[in-house]
Amino acid sequence: MVIDLDKCTGCGACSVACMSENNIGVLHDETDKIRSITWMRVYQIDNGKSFPDTEVAFIPRPCMHCQGGTSGTPGQAFFQEDPMEEAAHTPCVSVCPATATDYDEETGIVSQIPTRCIGCRYCVAACPYHARYFNWYDVPWPKGTPRALSPFVSPRMRGVAEKCTFCYQRYQAARNKALVSGGEVGEMDYQTACTEACPSGAITFGQLQNPKHKVHQLISSEYTFRLLERLHTNPKVYYMSKREWVRKKADNYVTRHNKFAQAAPQSGH
Amino acid sequence: MGLVIGSAFGFWATPTILYAEKAQPLQFNHKLHLEQVSDSCKSCHTLREDGSFSGIPSIQSCKECHEAGSLMGDGKNEAAFDEYLKKNQPIPWLVYSRQPDCVFFSHAAHTASAGLECAQCHADHGQTTKLRPYEYNRLTGYSRDIWGTGPIGLGGPPHRMKMDDCAKCHSENGVNRACFVCHK
Ligand code: SF4
Ligand code: SF4
Repeated sequence: MVIDLDKCTGCGACSVACMSENNIGVLHDETDKIRSITWMRVYQIDNGKSFPDTEVAFIPRPCMHCQGGTSGTPGQAFFQEDPMEEAAHTPCVSVCPATATDYDEETGIVSQIPTRCIGCRYCVAACPYHARYFNWYDVPWPKGTPRALSPFVSPRMRGVAEKCTFCYQRYQAARNKALVSGGEVGEMDYQTACTEACPSGAITFGQLQNPKHKVHQLISSEYTFRLLERLHTNPKVYYMSKREWVRKKADNYVTRHNKFAQAAPQSGH
Repeated sequence: MGLVIGSAFGFWATPTILYAEKAQPLQFNHKLHLEQVSDSCKSCHTLREDGSFSGIPSIQSCKECHEAGSLMGDGKNEAAFDEYLKKNQPIPWLVYSRQPDCVFFSHAAHTASAGLECAQCHADHGQTTKLRPYEYNRLTGYSRDIWGTGPIGLGGPPHRMKMDDCAKCHSENGVNRACFVCHK
């Protein structure tokens, strides 16, 4: 997924689409922001300047679907002999004691199985993007509304962690169709709800490794970056912006090409 | 002795306590239909164009062959069936294969793509002359009756459709075992 931050107006249509696609409910008390759930959250940043020069940007943030570098040996990234060597990891997967979440090599999607989750919240703590939410409450669905929920997404119960799944149910449906017709899952057959809902076309979704897909071309742009790249989470969500201050802020002021030199010793940012 | 009692409890008592039975609304002779109508399960249990499985045929597909009153015997069962036909009312079949909410199962992936035969999972269901009673778990409400082998591979009545069975088959055949392949 590639999100163009210069096109994003912060309208929040992606959040709303995500909530209705994935059976995310409205809680009794939504002023309790710490305990509210939005798989796709829109953050606001600004360039820190006062009035006439103020600029604002919005960062929609789904789960990054961090790519594990080596399957079967979670945590290996921490023990690399040469710290400069690229080694990726999925933070939430390596800490889960219940294997309720895993990284799928085939699709590159990080799954989360609520029925297996024991609610220890290690993953919530480990995720550097705050993409995971803990379910504090069962959703108080008004009478009759549970019948209107999507049958393709199982509603989560209280006491488990949950997060964006790149609308995996849509992939399953597209794959089913491809199996019957003997074709392949095309770029437009599988699009996430937020991609479809974005009125300004800021979100592009497709296979990063497939040269025919638009995302593949977009990520080779020099304006493309990922959040907190120095953590080696190797996210599958890319952002792009032509504004330099946006790019800088998104990586905590660490420049792209000299990550380690600047990241380690400096303190107090 | 303890072992015998223990085994009896495990294989007989626990399932009896845990599962309740319900009768199907009507009887259905799969064998007869296979012989007279077609030679394949797929002529009534179809895959839709989008790859989803249409499940149990609707009353409309019964009607394609059974005009009210025709092509039937004159037992009680047939009379009841006739009622449904006349009213054009769906038959409230109890579906053996209903799975928990968190399970995703694709018939397309298993039949159209992997090429499994229906009998691989449903055993000889297509050759039966009567429907088995519907057994459901008293706690969860889910039915258990779908699978081809009994406990510890002894054969006997189909007993289960557990996650282990899916996982085992997927490992044996080198199919992806990521959580999201079967979960939602
Ligand atoms: S963004 Fe967070 S929840 Fe998503 S894969 Fe990465 S660590 Fe896990
Ligand atoms: S909260 Fe659930 S998914 Fe997260 S680490 Fe604990 S068991 Fe795993």
